[in-house]
Amino acid sequence: MKTNFKKIAKDGILTNNPTLKLVLGTCPTLALTTMAMNGIGMGAAVTFVLICSNVLISLLRKIIPNQVRIPAFVLIIATFVTIVRLLLDKLLPDIYESLGLYLPLIVVNCIILARAESFASKNPILASAADGLFMGLGFTLALTLMGAVRELLGSGAIFGVKLWDFQIGFFAQSAGAFFTYGIFIALFALISNLIEKKKKQKTLAVNEIGAEV
Amino acid sequence: MEYLMIIVSAIFINNFVVVQFLGICPFLGVSKDFKSALGMGLAVTFVMTLTCLITYPLYTFILVPLGLEYLEIIVFIFVIASLVQMIEMALKKFSPTLYNAMGIYLPLITTNCAVLGVAELVIDSAQIASLINIAESSMNMGYAVLYGIFAGLGFTLSIVLMSGMREKIARLKIAKCLKGFPIAMIAACFIAMAFYVFALI
Repeated sequence: MKTNFKKIAKDGILTNNPTLKLVLGTCPTLALTTMAMNGIGMGAAVTFVLICSNVLISLLRKIIPNQVRIPAFVLIIATFVTIVRLLLDKLLPDIYESLGLYLPLIVVNCIILARAESFASKNPILASAADGLFMGLGFTLALTLMGAVRELLGSGAIFGVKLWDFQIGFFAQSAGAFFTYGIFIALFALISNLIEKKKKQKTLAVNEIGAEV
Repeated sequence: MEYLMIIVSAIFINNFVVVQFLGICPFLGVSKDFKSALGMGLAVTFVMTLTCLITYPLYTFILVPLGLEYLEIIVFIFVIASLVQMIEMALKKFSPTLYNAMGIYLPLITTNCAVLGVAELVIDSAQIASLINIAESSMNMGYAVLYGIFAGLGFTLSIVLMSGMREKIARLKIAKCLKGFPIAMIAACFIAMAFYVFALI
């Protein structure tokens, strides 16, 4: 069977976006979107763990017995999170500081376990790696976008660069996080519904023309 | 006096859900009705207390002297997973009524970030000391367990508040695109605003 990379990419970033469509991994999304830069840091860490754990789980998918698969997955994920944590601590201490408590909490991020369970444990290595990459990218994009909006409204800056003095404190605080996330999910659903409707109309129109001919 | 400070800080000022954003998944997933929210909250509180009771001494008296601090994540997640499994088995055997009330939530707790979060928080003595306003060197096991209990109760409080709001929301007419998660997030936004008041203390 040939793997359909285009479909995997579209699934990860758009149709099944882990943050905006599936609403998984909500804790880091709410906590770290005060700044756009955090989104990139967290996204990169999650993407790395996601690719590595997907590859390893896909490699071991015929060896791991079905009854103990969840503890085995968690152990694999915890190992990679430990690696990321040690690497960031040494190489990028600033990002390590800003991610704080949420870095070890990647272990219990539902996105990673969900992908291990529903994709990597059933698919070959290359497809699993691609799935990890694009799911991670979808997460990163959503986090960075929300971070940019909250940073712009909450502190008048973007990626740490100050643009103006106008700021709404609400968006920098925890209530603003819930509000922005809610609005983002709603907008995402609205836009994807509109696109779907248009597609349906198009196929309907094509069918009608076909019928007339 | 300092115990009062821990209680107020853990439940209100640094509420686990709406201020620190830990345990959002059950907060959104199991808050559709009051009864299950309360059950989930109490189950989480129970597991968080036991987790603190085990992981804090495990880290300070075994991992640190052996120089194995870097294994903390793996060790903690294993402790939590086996703890949850054991509680489930014990409840099934000794208290079927409690098992019926709490049992279905227990498997979900393993991947609840509030539990791993509290285990990581209490060993980070600088952060926990600033959270509960004590000197860094005076952090001990009693504080760790106390923090676990009251952080869990804070979680219970916010999930119960949320369930009350969602029971009301379920009867309202809302726009289609706002149904489900978006309106729940906006409800959570109001709860978070209510908790601002405590930050002024």
